[in-house]
Amino acid sequence: MKHLSMNHLPDSPREGHSPLAQAGSLQPPVGGLALSITEKVMLGHLVIRGDSDAPELARAIHDLLGLRLPSAPLQSCEDEHQGRVLRWVSPDEWLLTLPGENLTEVEAGLRARLDERFAIVDVSGGQTMLHLSGEDAELVLRKSTSYDVHLVNFPEGKTVIITFARSQVMLRRLSADSFELIVRRSFADYIWRWIHDAASEDGSALRKGDN
Amino acid sequence: MKQVNRIVGGRCVDYDAEIGFTFNGKSYQGLRGDTLASALLANGVDVLARSFKYGRPRGIIAAGVEEPNAILQVGATEATQVPNVRATQQILYAGLVCRSTSGSPSLRWSLTGLVGRLFGRLMPPGFYYKTFMFPGFMWRFYEYVMRRVAGLGKAPTVKDPDIYDHLNHHCDLLIIGAGPAGLTAARVAGKSGARVVILDEQAQLGGCLLHMNNRIDGLPPATWLAQTLEQLTGLDNVLMLPGTAAVGYHDHNFIVAHEIVAHKTSGHKMAGHKIVNHAGRDDSPRLPRERIHKIRAAQVILATGAQERPLVFSNNDLPGCIQASATSVYIHRYGVLPGRRLVLMTTNDHGYQAALDWHAAGVAGQESDEKRGRARRQVVAVVDARPQADSPLIQAIRSAGIRVISGSAVIEAIGKRRVRGVKIAAIDSLGGSVTGKVETISCDTLASSGGWSPVVHLSCHTGSKPIWHDEYGCFVPGETIQAQHCAGAITGVMTLGSVLAQGAESGRVAALAAGFSLSLSDDDIPQAEAIEEAPGIQLFHLPHIKSTSRAPKQFVDFQLDVSAADIELAAREGFESIEHVKRYTALGFGTDQGKLGNVAGVAITARVLGKSIAETGTTMFRPNYTPISFGSVVGRDCGELFDPVRYTAIQSWHEQQGAKFENVGQWKRPWYYPRPGESMQDSLNRECLAVRQQVGILDASTLGKIDIQGPDVREFLNRIYTNAWLKLPVGQCRYGLMCGEDGMVIDDGVTAALGDNHFLMHTTTGGAAQILEWLELWHQTEWQELRVYFNSVTDQWNTATLSGPKSRDLLQGLTDIDLSGEAFPFMHWRVGRVAGIPARVFRVSFTGELSYEINVQANYGLRLWQMLVSHGEQYEITPYGTETMHILRAEKGFVIVGQDTDGSVTPDDLGMGWALSKQKRFSFIGKRGMARGDCQSRGRKQLVGLLPVDPEYLLSEGSQLVCDPAQIANMVGHVTSSYYSATLGRCFALALVKDGHRRMGETIYSPGVKSVSRATICEPVFYDPEGERQNV
Amino acid sequence: MLRIYCPHCAEYRDEEEFHYAGQAHIVRPADPDACTDKDWGAYLYFRKNPCGLHHELWSHAVGCRKFLKVIRDTLSYEIRESSPIGGKTAVELSLPPSMPPGSNDS
Repeated sequence: MKHLSMNHLPDSPREGHSPLAQAGSLQPPVGGLALSITEKVMLGHLVIRGDSDAPELARAIHDLLGLRLPSAPLQSCEDEHQGRVLRWVSPDEWLLTLPGENLTEVEAGLRARLDERFAIVDVSGGQTMLHLSGEDAELVLRKSTSYDVHLVNFPEGKTVIITFARSQVMLRRLSADSFELIVRRSFADYIWRWIHDAASEDGSALRKGDN
Repeated sequence: MKQVNRIVGGRCVDYDAEIGFTFNGKSYQGLRGDTLASALLANGVDVLARSFKYGRPRGIIAAGVEEPNAILQVGATEATQVPNVRATQQILYAGLVCRSTSGSPSLRWSLTGLVGRLFGRLMPPGFYYKTFMFPGFMWRFYEYVMRRVAGLGKAPTVKDPDIYDHLNHHCDLLIIGAGPAGLTAARVAGKSGARVVILDEQAQLGGCLLHMNNRIDGLPPATWLAQTLEQLTGLDNVLMLPGTAAVGYHDHNFIVAHEIVAHKTSGHKMAGHKIVNHAGRDDSPRLPRERIHKIRAAQVILATGAQERPLVFSNNDLPGCIQASATSVYIHRYGVLPGRRLVLMTTNDHGYQAALDWHAAGVAGQESDEKRGRARRQVVAVVDARPQADSPLIQAIRSAGIRVISGSAVIEAIGKRRVRGVKIAAIDSLGGSVTGKVETISCDTLASSGGWSPVVHLSCHTGSKPIWHDEYGCFVPGETIQAQHCAGAITGVMTLGSVLAQGAESGRVAALAAGFSLSLSDDDIPQAEAIEEAPGIQLFHLPHIKSTSRAPKQFVDFQLDVSAADIELAAREGFESIEHVKRYTALGFGTDQGKLGNVAGVAITARVLGKSIAETGTTMFRPNYTPISFGSVVGRDCGELFDPVRYTAIQSWHEQQGAKFENVGQWKRPWYYPRPGESMQDSLNRECLAVRQQVGILDASTLGKIDIQGPDVREFLNRIYTNAWLKLPVGQCRYGLMCGEDGMVIDDGVTAALGDNHFLMHTTTGGAAQILEWLELWHQTEWQELRVYFNSVTDQWNTATLSGPKSRDLLQGLTDIDLSGEAFPFMHWRVGRVAGIPARVFRVSFTGELSYEINVQANYGLRLWQMLVSHGEQYEITPYGTETMHILRAEKGFVIVGQDTDGSVTPDDLGMGWALSKQKRFSFIGKRGMARGDCQSRGRKQLVGLLPVDPEYLLSEGSQLVCDPAQIANMVGHVTSSYYSATLGRCFALALVKDGHRRMGETIYSPGVKSVSRATICEPVFYDPEGERQNV
Repeated sequence: MLRIYCPHCAEYRDEEEFHYAGQAHIVRPADPDACTDKDWGAYLYFRKNPCGLHHELWSHAVGCRKFLKVIRDTLSYEIRESSPIGGKTAVELSLPPSMPPGSNDS
């Protein structure tokens, strides 16, 4: 048996359940902070590992995805049209998110261009993405994390992994009042409830599930 | 009831908004803007508490956080009880209910009051330690009685209905204290563009500006304050937090502040919130009652001001004795004049302000007092300890026709439940003794000023010791390594002009240090009218005609009833360190942390020891500056959010099936699936037999899974595991044992070769995060040359384990993988589709039965599970939980790391020497450790099986084992796992027993509470020892 | 609450994001099997407990998952420096070549 890549699901069926599929029974509270949450379901999430100085990595990313490899800490690079975002995670780690239907093709493409010194790990089922937006989004984050999410320190596009309540999330700023949270599957329910609770101070309007 | 002490002119109260409240069952009226203390004083309530030790009547002495007496129980219902609330910090709201906590059986007639009067002399410091030591078992009773009598608050006994919140802040500048210095600093720093947070413990910002008369920039202080606040409100980069007390100053400029959100009366911009204006709690239940602010500041400015020290004289605790400055606060902020006839005793010019304010209020109210036939409010006399002091303030008093008695002191207050007179006498210039005749003057209020104590508490929290400033006569903040600045009265400087200048300068310097440069213009430094002052003298403890031990009690610490005599005695008994004096006498141990009395206590100790105050030093202050509630500490981390709960993708199905859940770390795992009418044991028996005879299904998704890729992955595994990994063929799996460098087992699991450079490691459920960090530790710090990457894929894969003789038949019906024993042997894995879903199937077994672990991407886990269950109906598939899994694996002698091991167990101790590779070139982690003499010697605890002699007897897990039932202290081991096995039809156990491997067949004893049970030591494999069933 | 600079993320982060991993510069003996029990015991268990500067290993566990070295004053909790593994800290660079890393702890 040769090198066997089994991290991806070829022609994956669409009847999966996103991590927050079970949270549907939660009732949104009445009134409240100005906030909405949306789960971005069934995206592809790929971890890319390798030496940031290796030229073939940046080239593969550029050729295949049309993205620049973020080499400075906490930066991200986005192709809004294609729905692809590549985030710096650590000096030798990046997280790529992309539409689920492109996952197999992109993963195979990366593997073809990168040899054994690089690693690709599919974590599409292991985490999910939330969009948090609204006038009070930053306030809710400040109830939840010790990280400084003020625009001065946390501008658009910056991405950090931080403690969030008693769990952790990968956070990226989308605009002045909207944020992207990537949470681990098993913690998604807890984080959902936490945000729900934190936002229910004067009540809140939470939405989920609609893409 | 009329507010007998209410006068006009209070700057912070709304005379049109009367508010009703209840104290000790009686109804009163106050005004919106009052504190509970000002409202009680307005109503002429003198006695609020009985003292801790002697039961003496006590009233309000201060107007801020330093108040030691007026500590009340607040709350209308059982659920909303709040103990130990300082009346001076509680904002009045409509319907507030409060009561005294001390005074048993009642405030008027207190039992301890009687005891204190009769036996006070017999209660020296250390009285409780000395008296209630013996017999030891009686302490519980003593404690109960003492707590009741002492008057500590009562915690609610039902669930708190309120919510509490935490909020994080980051700023360039945090300014603590919004008095003249703090506000000026904020104004300057705010202009620089720096992110500024300014907070104040009081609900109204302004500090002393709220009660002083000095003009600033030609404006009345209230006008200047309003203008300044308006300017700050207009700055987006300045956040004001009124009613928020900085309670802890921690390392690296991390400050914890506590805000009481409910009951806020007026608002400034606050944390991005709409400001709430509420009277009571019930009309806005969705707001937190309290909030903790966690502030990380690049620079901190302490502008915490100073607290006035009252003087120590006989009966100085009588209601009616009050801080001089507090009278000004009550007059100007709240329109409350807490008496009619004032005697003022002072050592400095500042005290005179209280007399001037009182006099002015008396003149203003003269007409209305006369109309109502009340006594005129007046200043009877000012007693100045200085022999010949003269200044414009003193002249103003004299020209108002008020008698000034120089070179004298109040040596004793007279009265029972309120001051009705004072004894005055001339004293020598050092204040050491009475030199003249004693004169008695009638009055109902005695205000005193013994100088000021800067609020150095926060500066102490990070370990900085305050230093004595002899010129200013006070302790000031000492050296610190924090990025901390001080401005205003905290530095000991008391004149308004200097305070404002310091504020501006500190704002500039701190902003500069935070990277925001600006230069000060003249407009930035507010100008205050200069008032010429005569120097004050340092005097703390006033003499009496009798010796301190004979004179009526002179209190230093009001909250804990520590008197000057107690401190003198402690020093005489040999307690020379101020920290020891504190602990012996309890000086400063109250919830007020001795804010009023600490310096006087130090001064008395210094005098007795013949040292200077600087030499004696002060005790340290620790967080929190003021008490905070447990609710605020907890915040939102309670109820279902107490700790994260982790679910697998199958959770909804488990719940529908009525599973009972077990917490495994933060995971919820199905424990067992009871059917109607079943006991837990019934369910376990059914589930166990189903797996042994047919097929069961287990949600094994919580097992830790680490994806390892790179050219050196095999070498890495070879080093980290005890067994060999270089040659494991792709397509196969191997069980691995992981040890620490000490040779003790830390984790185990199956690792599969997915490719030549790609492995998947399984860890225990609880060990997943730690093991990932363990791998990273070795890779990053020792073996950086190995090219390998680790990523957690625990959440990525959902694992359904089919186990039992029918598992192959069941699965074959759903998959294209050839499951025959030849094509897919034990300890191999294959990839294919199961129920149409791409899957990776491992043929491993934790039950000893033929098993398949089917892994699919977690989004498809529930779908797969449902397909397996519905297809499995024809095979009578039975879901089983963790308890059945435990029983089945124990029958096979498979250990659970952390249950059958405890960090002191080597692979040899577990009888797993077969998992140690002796051939490896690299000395794997743990090899040298387990080769230590101690790990090889006799007497080690080793894993064995136990069969209770009575097959129905279930040994308790954790119970101790002995060889001789007559010698139960001589323990040789303990039970690690114990179950009833439906398969075996009896109870069995696993245990760690000293030299257990050598003791097969021996009898061992487990001493219980009532009887001793017997068991026979055996091999720890109870079922299918050859492993034929899993290998079919 | 310490604020620790992560040299990988190039930011100060709160202590709660980090795990303490013990004294830094503990070198695993090259040939463990040749060690005496005493030497091995010293490697395993004996650690410094200085009143003053301490060279420590931390992991930015919530974050980049990288280890870092921190020089911390155990008396004041002041952090003098944090640096990546393998990189030399300024304090180490200033040491005479003969002194092993960490030996300036006093």
